[in-house]
Amino acid sequence: MMFPLMWLQAAAPAQPVPPLTITTSGPEHFKAWLVSTIIKILVLFTIYLVGVAFLTLLERKIAAWIQDRLGPNRVGPSGLLQPAADGLKNIMKEETYPGAAYKPLFVLAPALSFIPALMTMAVIPFAAPWYSRYGVIDMAIAPMPIGFLYILSISSLGVYGIVLAGWSSNNKYSLLGGLRSSAQMISYEIAMGLATIPVLLLSGNVSLSAIVEQQTTGQWPLAWNVFGCTLAFFIFMVSAFAETNRLPFDLPEAESELIAGYHSEYSAMKFSMFFIAEYANMVTASALMATLFFGGWDIPFTLWDNYAHSLAATLATFVFFLVKIMFFVFLYMWIRWTLPRFRYDQLMSLGWKIFLPLALTYIVVMAATIVGLSYAGYARGSWQFGATLLVLNIICLALVFLILDRGRIVSPAYSRLDRRNLEKLRHATLDRARFTPAEAGD
Amino acid sequence: MAIGVKVLERPIAQTSYVRATLSGMAVTLKHLFSDKVTIQYPEQKWALSPRWRGTHRMLTTEDGKAKCVACGLCPTVCPSNCIKLVPGEDEQGNRYPLLFEIDEFRCIFCGYCQEVCPEEAIHVGRHFENSEYSREGFVYDLERLMAQTHPVCEMWDPSDPKGE
Repeated sequence: MMFPLMWLQAAAPAQPVPPLTITTSGPEHFKAWLVSTIIKILVLFTIYLVGVAFLTLLERKIAAWIQDRLGPNRVGPSGLLQPAADGLKNIMKEETYPGAAYKPLFVLAPALSFIPALMTMAVIPFAAPWYSRYGVIDMAIAPMPIGFLYILSISSLGVYGIVLAGWSSNNKYSLLGGLRSSAQMISYEIAMGLATIPVLLLSGNVSLSAIVEQQTTGQWPLAWNVFGCTLAFFIFMVSAFAETNRLPFDLPEAESELIAGYHSEYSAMKFSMFFIAEYANMVTASALMATLFFGGWDIPFTLWDNYAHSLAATLATFVFFLVKIMFFVFLYMWIRWTLPRFRYDQLMSLGWKIFLPLALTYIVVMAATIVGLSYAGYARGSWQFGATLLVLNIICLALVFLILDRGRIVSPAYSRLDRRNLEKLRHATLDRARFTPAEAGD
Repeated sequence: MAIGVKVLERPIAQTSYVRATLSGMAVTLKHLFSDKVTIQYPEQKWALSPRWRGTHRMLTTEDGKAKCVACGLCPTVCPSNCIKLVPGEDEQGNRYPLLFEIDEFRCIFCGYCQEVCPEEAIHVGRHFENSEYSREGFVYDLERLMAQTHPVCEMWDPSDPKGE
């Protein structure tokens, strides 16, 4: 018990006394909380939903640019009204129901896949807290002390929408898509959760604002978790791709194998809802990556944003958070238009045979290092602490990318066999191929 | 039935997924900023080849009559049988087409009619943008063929095979 307490103290930032007297209880405080929460909900979700609509356009644009085309540019100035036109089209289209579909779940599924993304977004701190005259206003809609656990539990609910859509469509391809999705999400959920444990070890807290706080204190490049837990970030990022069903892990959809997988029976706005849900999940996963590994709303190279506590600092950090999200969203799209889809066995073996042991090993290595550094007397946030972790991570990355990454991920099925067994198997199959029934005498 | 599969020993650079991914991403990033090949069609148009064979055109003499002498070579040579010609003859004994129709839907734009025409009257032209509300609209009569103004196809010249 001694260590976690010590880490908590080390992680707590030395905040200057805020200039205004701050009410923390009473009716005034409640009123301020209520008003600020309503404003936060309206502003954040408006930006979120409009942003998601425009991401569909951005995806098409990036797809076009990568393929040396121009992309949609006819509706409105350089195609900016395309999302509105798409939305209008989808609202006007006919809603079709397969005769054998189970209607209640068929209707419910698109909403179920969309809601968890929104719910996750509610706990992510999107800007520096504002020390207003009405009290400290946390810039997260629901600043939960168990934020990270909440995210883990809610984000795994996202699979329900897809599985129920696949099942209720009463179509074999949809069902296969739903099955794949459940297997995929459950496998990568584990790697994702384990990959974040080093981050939690560093912050000593599961509250997202504490995780961001820990990254904002200390010197810039070393305090961000992406430099302290690079391998964890890598595992988390790949798992996030799998969680959001984006290429190279879009097996539930798999156009070329399963028509469109779980949403092949959907039309009009219900189909559109799955589309929106995909992009909403992408934004949420990007926001999580930014929060856990890229300092959340922290502006690099400056400490002004951490201590100003003004409205200007809040807005500036919000903009910076959006920039970070956009970077990850771009990464999502960039990778989508670069990589082909994984085979199903490759996907499963990557999740269970590579990422799970890798994440567990990494937790042990990181925990040992953190305990060792604490014993050696280096405080969290000091440059020695950060530099040691950085060097450790560079070594880990080198080990993983140079030694582990040899034909084990994308490979023929034989590569996972022991070399001796492989030779034996090869000889056996060759013999069998030569061994004709006539020679066998029957 | 299992068969013996030849398995190649590949160098690490080819079997490393992360390295392959990064080089793939470099390629796509390069294309993201490269020049786009899209031609914005109604505003921009691809330059047609001088030998482009498109919509037909009937050339006229100075006094505005069709050059056609109704010799009947083009309906004879036409492989898709899209030219309908009824010849007529005036008091001086000059032949002219009483009826000359080309069904642009049947036409395969081979350009034989232009090649075979002794009077250089019927031509295929450098033009492809036709649209009508009915199939009948694509049967061009003599007036319509004479009213076309687009440039005509330059035929292949054996002494200048590349059209330079």
